[in-house]
Formats: sequence, C-alpha cells, structure tokens
Amino acid sequence: MQNSDFLLNTVRFILLVLVQVLVLNHVNFLGYVNPYLYVLFILVFPLDGNKTLLLLLSFILGLTIDIFSNSGGVHAAASITIAYIRPVVLKFAFGVSYEYNMVKINKVPANERLTYIVVLVVLHHLVLFSLEIFSFSHILLILKSTLFSGIFSTILVFCTLLLFSRKNQ
Amino acid sequence: MQQIIFFFIRNKNFLLFALLFLISVHLTIQTHSFHSNTYVSSANVVTGGVYSVRNDITDYFGLENENERLANENIRLHTQIERLRNATPVPPPDSSLLPTKFQFRGAKVINNTYSRSKNYLTLNKGISDGLKIDMGVIASNGIVGIVNNVSSRYATVQSILNTESQINVKLKKSNHFGSLVWNTKEPNTAQLIDVNRLAPVQFGDTIVTGGKSTIFPEGIMVGTIIDFKVGENDSYQIDVKLSNDMTSLDHVYIIENLDVTEIRSLEKEVYNAEQ
Repeated sequence: MQNSDFLLNTVRFILLVLVQVLVLNHVNFLGYVNPYLYVLFILVFPLDGNKTLLLLLSFILGLTIDIFSNSGGVHAAASITIAYIRPVVLKFAFGVSYEYNMVKINKVPANERLTYIVVLVVLHHLVLFSLEIFSFSHILLILKSTLFSGIFSTILVFCTLLLFSRKNQ
Repeated sequence: MQQIIFFFIRNKNFLLFALLFLISVHLTIQTHSFHSNTYVSSANVVTGGVYSVRNDITDYFGLENENERLANENIRLHTQIERLRNATPVPPPDSSLLPTKFQFRGAKVINNTYSRSKNYLTLNKGISDGLKIDMGVIASNGIVGIVNNVSSRYATVQSILNTESQINVKLKKSNHFGSLVWNTKEPNTAQLIDVNRLAPVQFGDTIVTGGKSTIFPEGIMVGTIIDFKVGENDSYQIDVKLSNDMTSLDHVYIIENLDVTEIRSLEKEVYNAEQ
C-alpha cells in the first residue's frame, strides 16, 4: 500500500469509528433501528489491496466497535465475514470488469454499485443480528432487524459515497 | 512437509478468517455469562474517555429536565422525612448516626443503550471511587441494573433491559415474590414471572425490589402492573411498566451492601458443608 493510501485509510478508520459510536449508535429510529455506516471502510478498501491485511483490519475495526458498545465480538465476526466474502461479491456485482482490475467504486453504474452495497450490508447485518440475538426462536426478530437496519445502512452508505466522490473528480 | 506448508500458504486467508471468526464467537459467548467479559468492555480508559468528552458536551442540553427530576426527588424525600418525623412520638435520633448496611454513591451515565437485546450502561466512576462488581444501580425513580465490570475510572452496568438480567422483586401489597426479566420488545416494559397463581394481582399494583438478594435493599421502586395473564406452570405472566425512563438516564446512585462479604462467606460455608 502506498503512503497516501495508508494515511487515507487510517483517517477513514478513525472517523468512521467515531461517527458510529458517538452518533449513529444513538439514532434508535422507531426504537431499535440503528444504521451501521462503518462497513463503508470494508466496502471502499482498495479493490486490489492485500486480502490478508483487509481481514486483519476488518477484525480490528469490528472489535473497536464492539469494545465501545459492550457487544462481545458480534461486530468483529460480521466484519470479517464480509471482508472474506468481498471478492466473490465484487465478481458477482461488477462481472468481468472486476477481473481486469478496471473497477472504480465511484465510476461504476449506480445499479451495479447498489447491488454491491446491498449484498454486503445485508450479509453483515444478518451475521451481526444472528450472533447478537443468538437464538433460533427469535428468527423473526433477526430478520426484521436485518431488514430495517439494512435499508437504513444502505441508504446512508450510498449517500456517503455520493457525497465524497464529488470531491475526487 | 512441503505439501503442508504449501497448503497453509494457499489457504492462508481462509485459515485467518476461520481463526478470527472463532475468536469473535468466543468473545460473544463470553458476554453471555455475567462475570467474565473483562477485556471487551467500554469500561476502559480510551472508550470511557471518549464517552466522557461526548457527555461533557451533550450534558447542557438536558440540564432543565435533570433539575426538574432532582427537585421532584427532593420533594418526595422531604415528604417522607416529614411523615416519619410526625409518626415517631419520641424525638427522632440523628439519622446520620443510625446504623445502615447500605452505602450510596453518585455517578453519571456517560453511555446508555436500550435498543438491543443485551443492553449496558457506562458510568464515570470506577474502582478508585470504591465501585465493585455486583453493586446495584438505581436512579431517582427506580432500579437501573447491576455493575458487571469495573476499571480504575469507569464501570459498565448490565441494564435491567438485558435478556440475561433476572432480578428478585415482589408485589408491594402482598409480598409475593417473583423475578423481573425483559423480552426485548419495549424499553419501558419489563416482565414479571414466577409469581404464584394464588397471589392477588391487580392492574396498577406497585412492584418493588425484594430483600432476598444482597444487591438491592428491599422496597426500591420498580414499576406498576399494566397487564397480566395466567401462563404455564400455574404462575402469572405480568407486564410491568417501569417507573424509570430507561431511555433518559443521567444521574444514578450505586448501592453497596456493606455486609455482602459476611453473607457470601456464610453461604459458602453452608454450601461447602453440604458437599
């Protein structure tokens, strides 16, 4: 990884953690719906970056959120799951162009970008809530939380991407 | 040998993923038991510090409500003192000299969650202020939870809004005991279980803490009954509206039972004798 990349990712890491634990964890829309914006770090991590490094960073990211919210290891587990699955989802969402390293998250068509975000966000939330609630008898609650928080997170991730991609052009 | 090394190199990402996932699940399961989550908790200097800074900023927005709440509590306590004074025929002794087995400490809530199935609070007091694990926490209107983790300057509290919490309570009117649990649905409603079917239960009855545990003193307000039905095992399923607004907590009191070591050691002796 280059030096500027390193700096950019460090700043992004810290900012996302602070925004998540200080603001977004206290939204409680409709009583229990919270968005999880920090997955953005994993989504926009350089696509040709080191996969082992991404796994380790995702683990640290998730664990940091866990420490702040007293939730054991649920965020860490959800984060490394999507970090590990990410190449498969990239191929699924962007098709051949990913294999030729042509993809820039800011420049792909909106529908492909949305597919990519939705798949990873839903997967993340599913692992997150399954582990947090940890009971098969509450499967409806798990699905409900995944759906509502998932919609919320997807909108937020999409808007954040739009907001910050302008600057780069 | 070479084959094994090649296997590890080829699958290093999967093996790393599996290892990290196992660690995460282990940490998650650890939080399901009350005492053992010592290292992944917001009772440490960094997270406690970050929450303190946020609390310093957001504090000003809630000052009006907080003042009103404290004033109301003062009114209630003054009325109580006045009643006690009138009820005692002899001149009452100085209450600061009376023996008590409970000691109270004040603290501020710097982080509070109520939207998950296992909720915790973070307080700005820790070991250096005399806090220990298993102390009870109450606010001006009723119970809040139990201290489950302490660092030198911060502490986390397992809220009553936590599926792992189970607190011994009773009906104020008839002294029938039961357990207070939470079904994760509403942050202002908890469930009272294990109350015998023969107990006289009515809408609006007051629930207070029972004196059976060493954590809370007897008679601390919990809430009022808003719904009940007879469930399985011949016991009631009761919905209790909590008297405390768990979604807006600021100042809380921590209760220390000064006799707890004596009670524990006695119970241990009895337990060991039975073995």
